[in-house]
Amino acid sequence: MLDLLRKLGHTAIDAIWRLGYAGRFFFLTLIGSGSSFRRFHLIIREIYYTGVRSLIIIVVSGLFVGMVLALQGYETLQRYGSSSALGVLVALALVRELGPVVSALLFASRAGSAITAEIGLMKATEQLSAMEMMAVDPIARVVAPRFWSGVISLPLLTAIFNAMGIFGGYLIGVVLIGVDEGSFWSQMQAGVDFREDIMNGVIKSFVFGIAVTLIAVFEGYDSPPTAEGVSGATTRTVVTSSLIILILDFVLTSFMFRGV
Amino acid sequence: MERTTLDLWVGIFVAAGMAAILVLALKVGNFSLNGSSTYPVYAYFDNIGGLKPRAPIKSAGVVVGRVAAIAFDQKQYKARVTLNIDKQYQFSKDSTASILTSGLLGEQYIGIDTGADDQMLKAGDTITLTQSAIVLEKLIGQFIFNKAGSGNHQ
Amino acid sequence: MPPENFLEIRDLNFAYDKRPILRGINMSIQKGQVIAIMGGSGCGKTTLLKLIGGQIRPTQGHVIFDGKIIHELGRNDLYKTRRKMGMLFQFGALFTDLSVYDNVAFQMREHTDLPESLIRDLVLMKLDAVGLRGARDLMPNELSGGMARRVALARTIALDPMLIMYDEPFTGLDPISLGVIGNLIRKLNDALGASSIVVTHDVQESLQIVDYVYFVSEGVIVAHGTPDEIRSSKTPFVHQFIHGEIDGPVPFHYPSPPYFEDLQLESPHA
Repeated sequence: MLDLLRKLGHTAIDAIWRLGYAGRFFFLTLIGSGSSFRRFHLIIREIYYTGVRSLIIIVVSGLFVGMVLALQGYETLQRYGSSSALGVLVALALVRELGPVVSALLFASRAGSAITAEIGLMKATEQLSAMEMMAVDPIARVVAPRFWSGVISLPLLTAIFNAMGIFGGYLIGVVLIGVDEGSFWSQMQAGVDFREDIMNGVIKSFVFGIAVTLIAVFEGYDSPPTAEGVSGATTRTVVTSSLIILILDFVLTSFMFRGV
Repeated sequence: MERTTLDLWVGIFVAAGMAAILVLALKVGNFSLNGSSTYPVYAYFDNIGGLKPRAPIKSAGVVVGRVAAIAFDQKQYKARVTLNIDKQYQFSKDSTASILTSGLLGEQYIGIDTGADDQMLKAGDTITLTQSAIVLEKLIGQFIFNKAGSGNHQ
Repeated sequence: MPPENFLEIRDLNFAYDKRPILRGINMSIQKGQVIAIMGGSGCGKTTLLKLIGGQIRPTQGHVIFDGKIIHELGRNDLYKTRRKMGMLFQFGALFTDLSVYDNVAFQMREHTDLPESLIRDLVLMKLDAVGLRGARDLMPNELSGGMARRVALARTIALDPMLIMYDEPFTGLDPISLGVIGNLIRKLNDALGASSIVVTHDVQESLQIVDYVYFVSEGVIVAHGTPDEIRSSKTPFVHQFIHGEIDGPVPFHYPSPPYFEDLQLESPHA
């Protein structure tokens, strides 16, 4: 019993220790960001690996999520004779919730895990130590560009996801099922507000981008320099980011869409 | 730096993202009504029913603005509603604001019927003629009461 | 005036989680010297290099490099001092996402504002020194172990460091590559007028190229001397190490209870 308690306390203290370390790491990353913004090609290079390489999964998932939403939404809406509201249903569901959350989840498992594995391997093969010995700060040279590439990429990916989803909803709703095209778009435009819905969605994805990439670079940087260490860190990145995305989504939603 | 193909891909990616935001803004959202081009007008209602912030303000069925805020006025025991009306639309000082419902179960909105006054509403003015929301329970109660009353007469 | 010691290590102690790794290390290196630090695996040799590079702080004692006490330097001064050092890591530690050319050019791009045309000339010079000018467009995963080590060596000397440290440069190399690397270590050191520290347990190769040898065992310097003194040394540990004997001061058996007891047999004397 006492042993269990001791173990529990040890885990808790360890977690808080790590949290503090992560906080300091975030601070150092921000400080190191200055030099990587001065050499923007480093960030562009990472945007290619995190953003462009995630494009296909985002486009395809967005299309299918929109199509499923239209199918399911139509089933329910037509019971109440309001199938013309299909557009607004698909658009609001995507723009407010599904777009930012699903994109962030996909991004965490596609790009986040890759970032963790890459940094973890660089650490395991002493590349980070070598960089330090060459008087180059690995946080500024390796971590910060990857961090900012994620923060820049995810909102763009989310916007593409949303647009593809709405297109998918249009395909199923209007082209396949035959909902009136005019009311599909006009109801959508009447029901979706640019600032309240679309911009809040963008802000969400921005916050998710910060959270996911920060977790990814931190897990990579903090991973034990062994094969098991790196694979464990990669798994932790996906699990932790997914949980954090869902928790943050709840918090942000309750702030943004209260009273509507 | 011979990284032109990579730069090209990143350029395409960023352009696609920007285009997606633009599509969302123009095709999906109502970008025309943003905060800078509206003026605020106040109205007091006895009962706002289920009116929510951001509900549309319509005149002759056309959306002319949105509800900005709803507050409770402690002195008059009334609801004080802030209306943000688009600058391109002007209404006379004796306009009527009423809370209406679109369809039987639809959302509630504010309808403005203009009056005959020459003077127009300015930013910060108060609409004095208001009509509260119709509360369905009260309506049904009244209906039953009337029925009962008329039944006794026969 | 006696020749100034270029790198001096005085009474250096380092403990990791209260477990002592190094105890009372004293060393000095003059300009132009190549010294070897030898010892069994896990005796704290790599830790010593990390202490010299300022990557970890000693628990006691100090390292003086170029007249400065390393662990008292601030971050900026430490980074400035590190530009005068070069370190070759055990497996090269080449940046896997950069080509051979970009790996060697890395420090020049990070620390200087040289025009790209000049960087090109310098990179090709460094690559030529290790004989790999033709491999400039390859990626690190296309190189053999020996070639990767040579590229890493070219990268290490990119900014003409005053002190070059080698962490196990001979590990995992075939005899030819091994000879090539050993030869390069000596040649580059003399060409650059630098000093070198080679951490290794490859006795035969290193004894041929170094000026002075320190033997480290369990965190303490147990013997030191010139290669000739070492070869003829009578110290049991050095003797065992050089001739690769299985049992000696470094026992074959990990500390354990007597064999018979462990097998739960009756003792033969009983």
